[in-house]
Amino acid sequence: MANLQPNSGDPKVTYEYRRKKHAEEMRMQVITFTMMIFFTVIAFAAVGAGFSKWFIVPFVLLLAIVQVIFQLYYFMHMSHKGHAEAQLFMYSGVLVGFLTVLTFVTIIWW
Amino acid sequence: MAAEQKFTPQTWPESPEQATLEGKNKFLGFWFFLGGETVLFASLFATYLALKDSVPSDTHAKAADLFELPLVFLMTMLLLTSSLTSVFAMYHMKNYNFKKMQQWLFITVALGLAFLGCEIYEFNHYYHEYEHKFTSSAFGSAFYTLVGFHGGHVVFGLSWIIALMIRNAKRGLDLYNAPKFYLASLYWHFIDVVWVFIFTVVYLMGMVG
Repeated sequence: MANLQPNSGDPKVTYEYRRKKHAEEMRMQVITFTMMIFFTVIAFAAVGAGFSKWFIVPFVLLLAIVQVIFQLYYFMHMSHKGHAEAQLFMYSGVLVGFLTVLTFVTIIWW
Repeated sequence: MAAEQKFTPQTWPESPEQATLEGKNKFLGFWFFLGGETVLFASLFATYLALKDSVPSDTHAKAADLFELPLVFLMTMLLLTSSLTSVFAMYHMKNYNFKKMQQWLFITVALGLAFLGCEIYEFNHYYHEYEHKFTSSAFGSAFYTLVGFHGGHVVFGLSWIIALMIRNAKRGLDLYNAPKFYLASLYWHFIDVVWVFIFTVVYLMGMVG
């Protein structure tokens, strides 16, 4: 099948190369996970420490956005090739979602 | 290349989830679905933000009275870790190691169930200790709709992964079920994505008023 990744050349070499690549990617995933845990702890600590609301709200939102980018691009592999459509769908969803949230927090006043 | 063809780790393709036309279509369709899910949850978040702390009288508990950080932190750690364990499962799927994939999926399910247990405890606690009910205020309705919908996704995700694990237990990996496992894991990650916003917007921002 044409759309299969070619197992060209020496199959054993290709196999070992792929295994190594997977292992490297897995290390990246663990680093990503560590960072996500770190961000979560900071966000909870900021609230626990009782900083001003005007600092906490933008701060924890920023941490959440960074975490979600990690999750999408590394855990869900959106950084890999062949994810152009996935990006189109997700960013369209995010745009509509952002407008929805923006609308609801500005025009509803009761 | 038939979907049921038997493979070895050497002949297993690099992206098994997209090696067949069916897999490619599922992959595309599923991301489209996730884009729609984003809009769905955004509308629930918008509703929650608009109706937060909208209670009929001062006797009703507000967000800052209800939430307790340690429980939310525990739930966050459970779900975040389960996201990593499903990454491990897909790592073994790509290496054509069915047994290890099943083991990591099992751990993922166990963590998901622990999360669900915490959420049931939490809702039960709010209901009985604070009279915070779905029908007690606009705040209650918006809260339970948003967080409960996420919990419903957890239930569905767990059922999906368990069904796949049991259905394919004796079959092993092939190009027919590799896309199924892959998409279930994408779904599970998406549940964690939504939770990141829930713990931030609902709980952390709720604590500071």
